[in-house]
Amino acid sequence: MPDKYETHDCDVLVIGAGGAGLRAAIESSAMGAKTALVCKSLLGKAHTVMAEGGIAAALANVDEEDDWRVHFHDTMAGGKMLNNWRMAELHAKEAPERVLELERWGAVFDRTRDGRILQRAFGGHRHKRLSHVGDRTGLEMIRTLQDKGVHQGIDVYMECTITRLLMDGGRVVGAFGYWRESGRFVVFRSKATVLATGGFGKAYPVTSNSWEYTGDGHGLAYRAGAELIDMEFVQFHPTGMVWPPGVKGLLVTEAVRGEGGILRNSKGERFMFKYLPEANRKDFAADEAEATRWVESVLADSKPDGRRPPELSTRDNVARAIYTEVKEGRGSPHGGAFLDISYQPADRVKKKLPSMYHQFLELADVDITKVPMEVGPTCHYAMGGVRVDADTCVTTVPGLFAAGEVAGGMHGSNRLGGNSLSDLIVFGCRAGRGAAESAKTASRPTGSLDRQIDEAAAEVNAPFGRTTGEHPYALHSELQEIMGSCVGIFRTESDLKEGIRRLEALGPKVRNVRVEGSRMYNPGWHLALDLGNLMVISEAIARSALARPESRGAHSRLDHPNYDPHFATVNNCVKQNDTGGMTVRETPLPKMSDELRKVYDEVEAMSLPAKA
Amino acid sequence: MAETREFQVFRGDRSGGKMETYPVEVTPGMVVLDAMHRIQATAAPDMAVRWNCKAAKCGSCSAEVNGKPKLMCKTRLDALPADRPVEVRPLRTFPLIRDLVTDVSWNYEVNKKIPPFTPKPGAVWRWKQEDVDRVQEFRKCIECFLCQTVCHVLRDHQKQPVFNGPRFFVRLASLEMHPMDGLDRLEQIKEKSGLGYCNITKCCTEVCPEDIRITDNAIIPLKERVVDRFYDPIRVLFRKIFGSASLTKPE
Ligand code: SF4
Ligand code: SF4
Ligand code: FES
Repeated sequence: MPDKYETHDCDVLVIGAGGAGLRAAIESSAMGAKTALVCKSLLGKAHTVMAEGGIAAALANVDEEDDWRVHFHDTMAGGKMLNNWRMAELHAKEAPERVLELERWGAVFDRTRDGRILQRAFGGHRHKRLSHVGDRTGLEMIRTLQDKGVHQGIDVYMECTITRLLMDGGRVVGAFGYWRESGRFVVFRSKATVLATGGFGKAYPVTSNSWEYTGDGHGLAYRAGAELIDMEFVQFHPTGMVWPPGVKGLLVTEAVRGEGGILRNSKGERFMFKYLPEANRKDFAADEAEATRWVESVLADSKPDGRRPPELSTRDNVARAIYTEVKEGRGSPHGGAFLDISYQPADRVKKKLPSMYHQFLELADVDITKVPMEVGPTCHYAMGGVRVDADTCVTTVPGLFAAGEVAGGMHGSNRLGGNSLSDLIVFGCRAGRGAAESAKTASRPTGSLDRQIDEAAAEVNAPFGRTTGEHPYALHSELQEIMGSCVGIFRTESDLKEGIRRLEALGPKVRNVRVEGSRMYNPGWHLALDLGNLMVISEAIARSALARPESRGAHSRLDHPNYDPHFATVNNCVKQNDTGGMTVRETPLPKMSDELRKVYDEVEAMSLPAKA
Repeated sequence: MAETREFQVFRGDRSGGKMETYPVEVTPGMVVLDAMHRIQATAAPDMAVRWNCKAAKCGSCSAEVNGKPKLMCKTRLDALPADRPVEVRPLRTFPLIRDLVTDVSWNYEVNKKIPPFTPKPGAVWRWKQEDVDRVQEFRKCIECFLCQTVCHVLRDHQKQPVFNGPRFFVRLASLEMHPMDGLDRLEQIKEKSGLGYCNITKCCTEVCPEDIRITDNAIIPLKERVVDRFYDPIRVLFRKIFGSASLTKPE
């Protein structure tokens, strides 16, 4: 006799309550759809709260020259032209409206002198573009959306994990999951389902991501037959903490560099100058003097004088630079680089970077107003994800939508800082609308879902019944070790093949994972179930990385250090085949419209003037 | 040789439980949450602990460490006395679920009853940074509910049905002092929030990991606004009791 379970009916089911999920649920319920929002944690704890630096949107409050065209250009250039251009276009055009809407809903951004939303500089953005609240912008976004959402009649189901999507004739019609608290099962029946589950940093040993980031949405979509694209592109944020061991990987916001933070190696050299790619060297300061003038203008809250400091190069580039400096023996005592903001007035640092100040003081005994921080690369963001239609966010599986980090395409091969929070609200909104529209015409499933539900229940119960098998924590460490050493920041064909071989060997052990105790709030069991998703995405990353013998954006192949023009025209696409195995194939990149191509070229031709 | 420290952690559920002892190998800079993870990975894989960010940003990992409400991810072992075991218990004010995890859903119910931000009609969305510094202080709240746990009105007197607690006085203050909020909230604050039960012991401020000055900046100004509106003559007396310094206007 299978376990009893409760059932909830809704029009739109949103899985994940970070920025994208909340925004999707708000939109869907505003359109009249009965909306259920499910999250693994308590409401308001999602990974979005850890986003620090800001929301990129061409409001042009600080740099008047900014507009959506330049933002579009910067996003495509940052992604090395592999982005879904239509997503990049919609994102650049709609981000300002979405930010202003947050303000209308109660968000309190930092202000310019004339009382408008203040914007700060960030890597890869030509203009000061990031609206922010000190260095806790993500929290502000979550709290604003949360308060808007709970007063709009969304049904929120907290601490509930979804383990399987329920299908009816090729269409997603609901989901099966369990309550973390009691371990009891729950079924949601929906007409449309939105994945907003974020990323998968927990596949790596050093990451800025929280425990929730186990690639759940990627895994759910894959097993429902959806396509994953660009999985080889995993962003390593250049600046994570490197000491003490317990916080290794914890994010040090890019805002430190946006506010003028300087990177140096153990010899005191400002090494970023030598790592600027030829192609956009012209956008950066030529020497320390020019970089200093730029910082002084930031400090004076005035128009930029000179070009940006080299520390504001894109994340992929800065991460590789730090990695290389450390590898060549010029690292800091704990194996990182020095990031220095202590030359600025202490009060300003505390005002602009309050959480960084506290984070270092309390966790590492380092006062960043007095001495430099030590930082190194940390796994931060998944560019790859579920393939979606740009306008509606529908995936390749009917009834299934995706938005935010779990969706692929928007950021191409490398995401710019600040483009994530804006992605969440732009496409969260669109996914909510797309799902609510589609729910209007969808009918309830014809057949019974009982067999799928029984299967899903048996699957999640299985780890308790085993007498042999390893513990989930040991298996998780092994998986992280494989990904860190074989599929990390620099890759080679032999490492990747070794990684795939070791993942294949790990597979049967994960399928035989053993759990102790009861189903009541049992973290060991929760992890055991999350491992399945981590296995899917790890294999997808490794196989996609092997299938791209070139270096582009966040994907760096030591054995193929250059661009290959062929790979500028394709996305790697991962899909489950009929025998249950994983297939990777190349799919053509959508062709950019002539009009947008012109926009890109025009912006590209306008190089920033170097003021003498 | 790595140093080992002893931890006593509450294990159990609503039907009962006891303190279990675990030795944990410690490394430099380690926090209590690291130790809990190590116990999970080695001795007790099913030990229930709630956490998310491990960066003091999400407010999930609240527990009582050596009897004091703390974020486990922010509590360094080297800041705790080395000569005795570290005691870790669940928050006492909320119903236990299991081990270190409690049911905090009451807080979400309170929040739902607070009318949302409602912009003034025809608002012009321009304001000075100085006008929102205080509101931003309130909006730093990570909803760790440590202040709720420690407040005697909830902890010892169980006034949950009539008393919103310091976290939600902070929330009310953030709305009341938002330059664009158009709702008249004082009636609600006076009648529904239970603000009157607060006798300004400041215990909430002491535990706030975000250093929000809950009593001085949120509660007292709210009390003052209520007094101003509803009992102006009493204001004089109020001043006498709490001193005029604490009554300075937020601006
Ligand atoms: S000051 Fe008021 S709200 Fe804060 S702990 Fe004391 S009684 Fe509770
Ligand atoms: S006010 Fe402070 S102590 Fe209270 S919930 Fe918010 S952050 Fe926690
Ligand atoms: S885990 Fe987020 S505050 Fe401790």
